[in-house]
Amino acid sequence: MNIDFYERIWMWAAGVIIAVFIAVIGLSTVAYGLHPPSHVETIEPSKVFTDPRFSKLGQPVELPDGTIEVQMAALMFSFAPNEVRVPAGRRVRFRLTSADVTHGFMISGTNANTMLVPGYISQFTTVFTRPGDYLIVCHEFCGNGHHIMSGRLIVEDAK
Amino acid sequence: MTATGAIAPGPDGNGIDTFARLALANIGVAIAAFGVASAMAIMQALSRANLDLPFRSAGMYYMSVTAHGTLMAIVFTTFFIMGFGYVVARHALGAALAMRRTAWLSFWIAVLGTVAAVAVILAGKATVLYTFYPPLKAHPAFYIGLTLVVVGSWGWALVMLRALRVWRLANPGRRIPLSVYGYAATIIVWLLATIGVAAEMLLQLIPWSLGWWATVDPVLARMLFWWFGHPLVYFWLLPAYVVWYGLLPPAAGGKLFSEPLGRVVFAMFVLLSTPVGFHHQFMDPGVSSSWKLFHTFNTLLILYPSFVTAFTIVASLEIAGRMRGGRGVFGWIRRLPWGNPLVSSVILSMLLFAIGGWGGAINASFGMNAVIHNTSWVPGHFHTTVGSASALTFMGTCYLVVPQLLGRRLELVPMARVQPWLWFLGMLLFSIPTHLTGLTGMPRRVFDPRYGDHPTAVSWHWLTNLSAVGGMVLFASALFFVLVMLFTLFGPRVPAEPIEFSEPLEDPGTKGAFLDRLGLLTALAAALIVIAYGYPIWQHLQMPRFGSPGFSPF
Repeated sequence: MNIDFYERIWMWAAGVIIAVFIAVIGLSTVAYGLHPPSHVETIEPSKVFTDPRFSKLGQPVELPDGTIEVQMAALMFSFAPNEVRVPAGRRVRFRLTSADVTHGFMISGTNANTMLVPGYISQFTTVFTRPGDYLIVCHEFCGNGHHIMSGRLIVEDAK
Repeated sequence: MTATGAIAPGPDGNGIDTFARLALANIGVAIAAFGVASAMAIMQALSRANLDLPFRSAGMYYMSVTAHGTLMAIVFTTFFIMGFGYVVARHALGAALAMRRTAWLSFWIAVLGTVAAVAVILAGKATVLYTFYPPLKAHPAFYIGLTLVVVGSWGWALVMLRALRVWRLANPGRRIPLSVYGYAATIIVWLLATIGVAAEMLLQLIPWSLGWWATVDPVLARMLFWWFGHPLVYFWLLPAYVVWYGLLPPAAGGKLFSEPLGRVVFAMFVLLSTPVGFHHQFMDPGVSSSWKLFHTFNTLLILYPSFVTAFTIVASLEIAGRMRGGRGVFGWIRRLPWGNPLVSSVILSMLLFAIGGWGGAINASFGMNAVIHNTSWVPGHFHTTVGSASALTFMGTCYLVVPQLLGRRLELVPMARVQPWLWFLGMLLFSIPTHLTGLTGMPRRVFDPRYGDHPTAVSWHWLTNLSAVGGMVLFASALFFVLVMLFTLFGPRVPAEPIEFSEPLEDPGTKGAFLDRLGLLTALAAALIVIAYGYPIWQHLQMPRFGSPGFSPF
């Protein structure tokens, strides 16, 4: 094909931009282990509140490696528990699920974000560096009370 | 591609032949849906602004979000695309266009489906939003209605593909006209995409909503939905690109800069539209990390054809500006025929799409996606993409095509000239604040974002008020568009001007002829889907899973 000079430059430039995008994501995946968030584990949604994996709702548990585990369940239209306290600067592992419809979980102003799909357990680990009072919101439409479904995360100064 | 082609007057003496009638019928339904959906939108914008209006309630709000999404994203787009498809085929393929009865039957099936789905939405029995994620459960008529819309679109696709085949047999060795090539790409994308949603509807949601099955697997439903949901955006976008490549250059008074690259663009969309859907599920449990990564790379690759399009279209506009006597580095811009509402609509839609496109690259990067997933950033994003690149281009196209099909004069021309600018201004005012609130974690689709006046929520107030102002400007623009169309319907009769499609700067000859092998392209695209979806779904089905019963909390 006979391609115009400027067009050729543009095609190369566009190709390079996309190659850089892919390289950044590819390298961060390989070198820093930054994979897309994912956790594959199932649970019977009608038995969330009797399942031993969610027996510590509302009581953060310290795991042997020092990580704090927070278990939460979502149901129309609240989180159980809807207020969580964690220390700043520690690894916190969230384990969450839904007991009814699909909900969302986001700690506003952070990148703590996951879908809560009934029948599946969501899990991610994060560190909160700044103490403060964070708003937790449900971000997936779950019914007419969707906008009242929220909670608070209190990140306490680690003494 | 063929030069200016007059459309032969039809056999029924009115100067309107049956495919013009079909085009008008489809575009008419699209405009009606657009009007109703716009009325829903203004209410949502005001609701977000925390104004205490009469009749304001959560139930009304979520119902109206469902109606707005379904009518805009499914009904307006699909019917417009079908109608404009007939216009393109009628112009370029002429006598090859047949199967009149199939075409009308398909139209009425899609209309019936629309009426059924909209009726149960307005009755408050299907407030599940246009993504209808189970286990939220709507009235069965919602799922059956939407399925009928898709079935109708399949009938339309059959009529279009048959015409293309007949034309190719009658014109051996001739290149497929670029606009038809773009439409063929649209149809292939659509047929491959709708396999996913058809499976979700027929194997999961319809039997479950009818009570035949007790439970559904919501993650499987989400996989099947997004198999459809992302190529759906290219189904919206490719007909807009057909306008940009096919109608814009002659309307601006120029020529198409590079025809073969246009084909490369459409072919790339055929290949890459579907194996990208997991980027909507980055935050989902139950989907493996490596498949999310595979879809990420495909998503970034699909930026490429849009980059190339940006160059080709701007270069074509420059040719037009210079042919009209524009000089200097930027002088050609002023010489463009800004008074032509098609030209201004398309240029403004491209500017908005530039914002939306870069936002899309952010959404595709899973690290940044974690910050904005399901926040108001997402509606901010898709209003600058489908709500601008597609919707504003479609409105601009109506100003050209509807008077031509009706054989009437475009009425209220000053209003038609202002309308694209209002849309542009309204969309900036609406979408920039919406992007910003999303960055600080305001969820999308919430009736009332006050959250007990938590400081984070308080910081959103001025921005949601600003976006409500944008919503009002957009509503005014929508009203202008609908009024222009209504007045044109009853305007004075004039002899129909032929619709001009682009002439390329250079004849493509046989350059890139291999791209015209649509069967091969389809097979390659299908193979990519089998890899990108076949394996993850098979893997998913091996897992012990627990279904969910339905809930209707609305």
